[in-house]
Amino acid sequence: MGRLKFATVWLGGCSGCHMSFLDLDEFLFDLAARADVVYSPVGSDIKEYPEGVDVCLIEGAVNNDENLEAAKTVRDRTRLVVSFGDCAVSGNVTALRNTIPDGARMVASRSYLEQADLNPMIPQAEGIVPTLLPLALPVHAVIPVDVYIPGCPPPADRIKAVVQQILEHGTAHLEGRQLKMG
Amino acid sequence: MAVKTLTIDGTLLSAREEQTVLQAARDAGIAIPTLCQLDGLSTVGACRMCLVDIEGTGRLLPACTTRVAEGMVIHTKTERLQSYRRMIVELLFAERNHICAVCVANGACELQDLAIEVGMDHVRFDYLHPECSVDISHKRFGLDHNRCVLCTRCVRACDEVEGAHTWDVAGRGTAARVITDMAQPWGTSETCTSCGKCVQACPTGALFIKGMTVAESRKDRSEIGFLVTAREKKQWVV
Repeated sequence: MGRLKFATVWLGGCSGCHMSFLDLDEFLFDLAARADVVYSPVGSDIKEYPEGVDVCLIEGAVNNDENLEAAKTVRDRTRLVVSFGDCAVSGNVTALRNTIPDGARMVASRSYLEQADLNPMIPQAEGIVPTLLPLALPVHAVIPVDVYIPGCPPPADRIKAVVQQILEHGTAHLEGRQLKMG
Repeated sequence: MAVKTLTIDGTLLSAREEQTVLQAARDAGIAIPTLCQLDGLSTVGACRMCLVDIEGTGRLLPACTTRVAEGMVIHTKTERLQSYRRMIVELLFAERNHICAVCVANGACELQDLAIEVGMDHVRFDYLHPECSVDISHKRFGLDHNRCVLCTRCVRACDEVEGAHTWDVAGRGTAARVITDMAQPWGTSETCTSCGKCVQACPTGALFIKGMTVAESRKDRSEIGFLVTAREKKQWVV
């Protein structure tokens, strides 16, 4: 296999999974020796998700229409899609709002109207500010997912185990305590 | 004391006739996953985690409520059973709001451990996201319905060991909830003795000691079994 075209994307999550990815420390050098980071909020400055990606780690739940489009683009252009962390795998904290009736409107109202100190208003700008979906969804609810990495965030050794399996076998599957959520 | 001879997962073993398939398996070192079962309490076969395949019965039976019988041939780890067990755990996760990352029981939760044991890397069913209340009206303890799996271990511990019967279950299906007294705030219960046995018996973060935050709950779930053994056999064995 040639150099791996490697990507990560950040949807409705806190970036904790990406921080844990950076905790790979010196393994990042090993990864850099065998992979090109073609798209990532922490590993490249490329704005457009490219074609022909081998592996993509998706952090976060599908929370708004921009997330939904991004997930579909990733699926279309990527061989192996990895749900990266509890929000991608289960919805997790991002999906807490799903328990509230009319949650999308309620959380926006709580954040931008009730809690605002100055200029209370719901941010709205067509084509710029994404619209919240009625429910925050796990990634596999909107696109087929190949590999799952639970954890909030997944510890670095768990991410390393998956990346190493992908480098060696082209795919990955976690077992035992490596599946612990939370 | 009559002895029955049976086969579990290809191992020929003997058990006392009053034993259940679960007890016989455990005595032989064969692990069968459980959730609603707790040593010291009666068995109800509610969670279906311990379903086993007994040749000739034509259906799956819970090991915790099935007595041993002469000549039984039992399989506990068939592919079908393992796929059902994973499905059961996934349905439990889908039915309430089990957010391990922000749960008091993270790291010491039987549901979380079961998910690991059955290899649950994600939930294939749609989450129901029910609106669940949290009752912190009791002085020492809290009840979070988001985390409840309706195992009824609290109900049985309170009724059978403490003798108070503060807990019960109201409602049906996905609307079922554990309740205290006449479905009133726990803190106003006149029967609760505040002994905390329900909290120790609870497998998840549904019942917790107030003041603890994420991943701080560490329960002694063997306490119930210890008390019952001490009471019935006069043996104080830890």
